[in-house]
Amino acid sequence: MSLYYVQKLMYELNRDSRMRKRIDDDLDEVLAQFRLTEEEKSALREPDIGKLYVMGVNGQILMHFAALHGFSWDEYIAAMREGVSRYGPVKSGFYATVDDGEGGAV
Amino acid sequence: MSVVFAGVCSHAPGITGRTARADPKARQILFDSFARMRDALEVTSPDALIVIAAEHFANFFMNNMPAYCVGMADEYEGPIEDPDWLGIPRTLIPGNAGLSRRLIERVIQRVDVAYAEEWKFDHGIMVPLHFLTPRYDLDIVPVNINCQGPPLTPLHRAYEFGRALRIACDEVPERIAIVGTGGISHWPATPNSGKINEEWDKQFLDRFVRNDREALLSYSDQETYRDAGQGGFEIRTYIALAGAVEGSTGELLCYEPIPIYAVGCTVAVMKVYAAGPITPAT
Repeated sequence: MSLYYVQKLMYELNRDSRMRKRIDDDLDEVLAQFRLTEEEKSALREPDIGKLYVMGVNGQILMHFAALHGFSWDEYIAAMREGVSRYGPVKSGFYATVDDGEGGAV
Repeated sequence: MSVVFAGVCSHAPGITGRTARADPKARQILFDSFARMRDALEVTSPDALIVIAAEHFANFFMNNMPAYCVGMADEYEGPIEDPDWLGIPRTLIPGNAGLSRRLIERVIQRVDVAYAEEWKFDHGIMVPLHFLTPRYDLDIVPVNINCQGPPLTPLHRAYEFGRALRIACDEVPERIAIVGTGGISHWPATPNSGKINEEWDKQFLDRFVRNDREALLSYSDQETYRDAGQGGFEIRTYIALAGAVEGSTGELLCYEPIPIYAVGCTVAVMKVYAAGPITPAT
């Protein structure tokens, strides 16, 4: 589990347009620069927003990663919901789903 | 000079990014209130605007996370987010490195503050500026309080940071406006995005406009997380602002819960003229 590096990769991606171009050109080369498990690499490649959310990626970082991959607001919220139903509750951090997602506006 | 204007407002990215999806009546009240806040700001003819924000991993990450940081540059850029996603075009924002430096030199007498000569604004600063200085013609001094990566600074330190900022403002010749921006209760970037605890918000805002230091500092992070979500940690920005205008009360211009904006949308202005210079912390 290297959640820290999953988030660091996304943090750098959110800040740096050259990095965004590099993932378009050669995603595996970028992934190789971070200490990541195969499961994490696969979730980033897909991208499996629901799994990344359940792993505990900070929501503020994941929100932009999802937008970068073309998820509309509603699709992004739905992907997190689906992640929780498929993989279980959020494992780390403080962006957990509470009260079964009550109050969510979609 | 001193602080000539102080207020707080929401900064949720949905306000500009998902504008059309809100209830039109609530949205109008919010936008009218932002306009009133802008008028109140402009009438004081400030030389610079300090924005006390809680950024979301635009500049600072867990590899090197300051509890408090002040920008020290002549120019900033933003938004860091996709402009289409946020609904705010990318632009350059003027700063004043000299003023920042003089403020930092004074704040650091009381609070160990970090500084940054590069800063990319995220929605946490861009949304307030979009409404308050839409021509980007006022020098901005960005301030960040870490509300994202625990351990977080305790509330009483946020208040003291605000006091230190005020003392610094009192010691420089410029006319300074200060805006705090954050929370209040919200669960952004989760499936609960849109959940709002109105009762909690109203109690917090009552404490805030009365500038009741003891009541404002009485929340534990466990209680805030339970009642106001992880977004509630951003009350630190309001508490710092309260410290900056210690002794002044305020007026709530807007509190409209707008779920698609993911927050109870808040605009409040403090009556800074009522307050004399505050005494330095001992």
